[in-house]
Amino acid sequence: MSCNCQCSTEKENDPRFQELDEIIEKYKNQAGSLIPVLHKAQGVFGHLPEEVQSYIAKGLKLPLSEVYGVVSFYSLFTTVPRGKYVFNVCLGTACYVQGSRKIMDNLKKELGLGIGETTADGLFTLEGCRCVGACGLAPVLTVNEKVHGRLKEDDVPRLISLYKLKEEQGSK
Amino acid sequence: MISLDELKALRDKSKAEISIREKGHLAGSNLDFYRSHVLVCAGTGCTSSESLEVRNGLKEELTRLNIDKEVKVVETGCFGFCSLGPILVVYPEGTFYCLVTPEDVKEIAEEHLLKGNIVTRLLYSEPGTDKKVSDFESIDFFSHQKRVALRNCGGINPEKVEEYIAHDGYFALAKVLKEMTQEQLIEELKKSGLRGRGGGGFPAGLKWQFAHKTPGDIKYVVCNADEGDPGAFMDRSVLEGDPHSIIEAMAIAGYAIGSEQGYIYIRAEYPIAVHRLEVAIGQAREFGLLGQNIFGTGFNFDLDIRLGAGAFVCGEETALLTSIEGHRGEPRPRPPFPAVEGLWRKPTLLNNVETYANVPAIILKGADWFASIGTEKSKGTKVFALAGKINNIGLIEVPMGTPLRTIIYDIGGGIPNGKKFKAAQTGGPSGGCIPAHLIDTEIDYDNLIALGSMMGSGGLIVMDETDCMVDIAKFFLEFTQEESCGKCSPCRIGTKRMLEILEKITKGKGTPDDITQLETLARTVKNSSLCGLGQTAPNPVLSTLKYFRDEYEAHINEKRCPAGVCQELLNFSIIAEKCKGCSVCAKVCPVGAISGVVKEPYVIDSEKCIKCGACMEKCKFGAIVKE
Repeated sequence: MSCNCQCSTEKENDPRFQELDEIIEKYKNQAGSLIPVLHKAQGVFGHLPEEVQSYIAKGLKLPLSEVYGVVSFYSLFTTVPRGKYVFNVCLGTACYVQGSRKIMDNLKKELGLGIGETTADGLFTLEGCRCVGACGLAPVLTVNEKVHGRLKEDDVPRLISLYKLKEEQGSK
Repeated sequence: MISLDELKALRDKSKAEISIREKGHLAGSNLDFYRSHVLVCAGTGCTSSESLEVRNGLKEELTRLNIDKEVKVVETGCFGFCSLGPILVVYPEGTFYCLVTPEDVKEIAEEHLLKGNIVTRLLYSEPGTDKKVSDFESIDFFSHQKRVALRNCGGINPEKVEEYIAHDGYFALAKVLKEMTQEQLIEELKKSGLRGRGGGGFPAGLKWQFAHKTPGDIKYVVCNADEGDPGAFMDRSVLEGDPHSIIEAMAIAGYAIGSEQGYIYIRAEYPIAVHRLEVAIGQAREFGLLGQNIFGTGFNFDLDIRLGAGAFVCGEETALLTSIEGHRGEPRPRPPFPAVEGLWRKPTLLNNVETYANVPAIILKGADWFASIGTEKSKGTKVFALAGKINNIGLIEVPMGTPLRTIIYDIGGGIPNGKKFKAAQTGGPSGGCIPAHLIDTEIDYDNLIALGSMMGSGGLIVMDETDCMVDIAKFFLEFTQEESCGKCSPCRIGTKRMLEILEKITKGKGTPDDITQLETLARTVKNSSLCGLGQTAPNPVLSTLKYFRDEYEAHINEKRCPAGVCQELLNFSIIAEKCKGCSVCAKVCPVGAISGVVKEPYVIDSEKCIKCGACMEKCKFGAIVKE
């Protein structure tokens, strides 16, 4: 099960890799199991760094190149850690005609991030997504699971401070 | 395993329980059950606007008032009127409450549910009038619709199979298994005239026939729920509101082609729909409606869910199948078509969610009934996601052939803020637009193709005079460019070059031969791309060039954006007569482009101006204009 590099004992003691073992075990005999395993693995690790990808490749008996090929093809898979709060601005057509671009521009400015980037403190990640289907509330953005709709440009600083406040209260 | 008799008994029992939600039901006529049902929309739209908080608050209030044994709270799928969420409907009256906040719950519980007085302030009023409408069936948004695919959405609790069965759920499956041969079933579907609702419009019955006729001991039934068009959420609402209809239809399809295994490929971005499907599949298995020997007929069928991972191209059928197999979702050339060689090279029947949703209704009510709705070549109804610059945003279902005008003005309630209707965009990034002068077009597959657009999956985005059509074309091309999988060069490179030209035009650097170049490239990409994504990607450009060529020309020749969208082509100026010389604009200008003397008209130096629009927003006198 374990690889030959020095990290093996580290992985054996890491509960996340134990969980990954269970996931691989559950799926390894199913056809087309790579994508479901990657979804679950990202749920456990938060992202899919190279060591996780090679672990999965070994577990499913696939070349690492194939695992990486799939990870890099699908936009929901990420190889870099994401912030605690992921601001995902809907860039679907309905939101676009209702001004989502300005919301995005303001977020870029306020957070000092480009799309796909994360703040140095690991708190915020900025993303754009294609239609969350809440077109009735356009323009919308989601922060993790929560949808914020009917946004105006100047709602952006308020939203950011809302989550900063949440963080401060949470750490107390 | 459930028998047909047991299913009938269960239907009758469940029907009695929910008959309170039927029109004409008399209050208090069935005292064995709750005296009132409150339906709370728990679709993605309404939960985004806190409908679950409303539901929780309502339950607490009912307990507090000690009427929780008399009034039942039911979570349903989408009612369709998403811009008014959260939505509540109280039965037996059928009272429609909209934009309900958690703070309103106490009043609804005390006044309506306890005392029987309707809370007028939370009722809907038709746009432009103050008239409050209580009964939701008489609201224009609903009264012009005909619901077939959405028949149960908003009416039942999607997480209770009993409520689906109460509406004759799984009786179509029983009927085909017990009374029809595979050939009769396929014949019935062909006769109905049902065409694929995912966009292409291929006759569903023919597709089923191909998959049936291809020999093979293992075959697959697949549902395409990878709804990727931005601004389209029809499939999601069906899955969230009526998941069993898809399960039943896929089992029927399994019987038709001789398959025992189905897959639903759904976007991971739809967590609620995925959850409801999982619950529904579990219940169907529990009742023996999926699994071995269904209804004792010897027919076996089971279903699994496969999650997408954020690749638009996977909505294309061959890419979707490749993705289920666990690979990069790249399309493959057709033929062979999936009906011959599909999932794991086995014959595969692949239909879209909405196509399947129609199937049980066709079986129960008959092909003739279905074919009596719609136009000559497009039968039945179509679900549209109405969004953009329109008053009533939401999900609607209308007979094929309904004029665009009815959709926009009668159902959609017209354009907000007194603006003028400019165009409706159908078919998402693969489609095109219908300009204002063609508003009386009757919407069906063939009319839309003739206009240079397409039905697509059913997104219908309304644009007004403040939307720039060149910018919209650029928006769609940015989308397809980013989502191009890169396998074939016409799509990978061609869309990129087209996008560069559009960017040039919107930045005021366009040259007169750009339009010809765009047209040549568009034709090449359309004719030589491998899959539907590339073959249709140029459509938004071709369609806007066809109807709004003058806007392209204004951008190129006059360096002017008539709709005032393309920032680098804007020109801000101050109307001297309106300016009071308050100096606010000069203070907010980030580049010091505005100067003047207090109490005298100010001026903008267009050389320095970066066109950010900050001055215009701050001017209290409306003295600053952009053109």
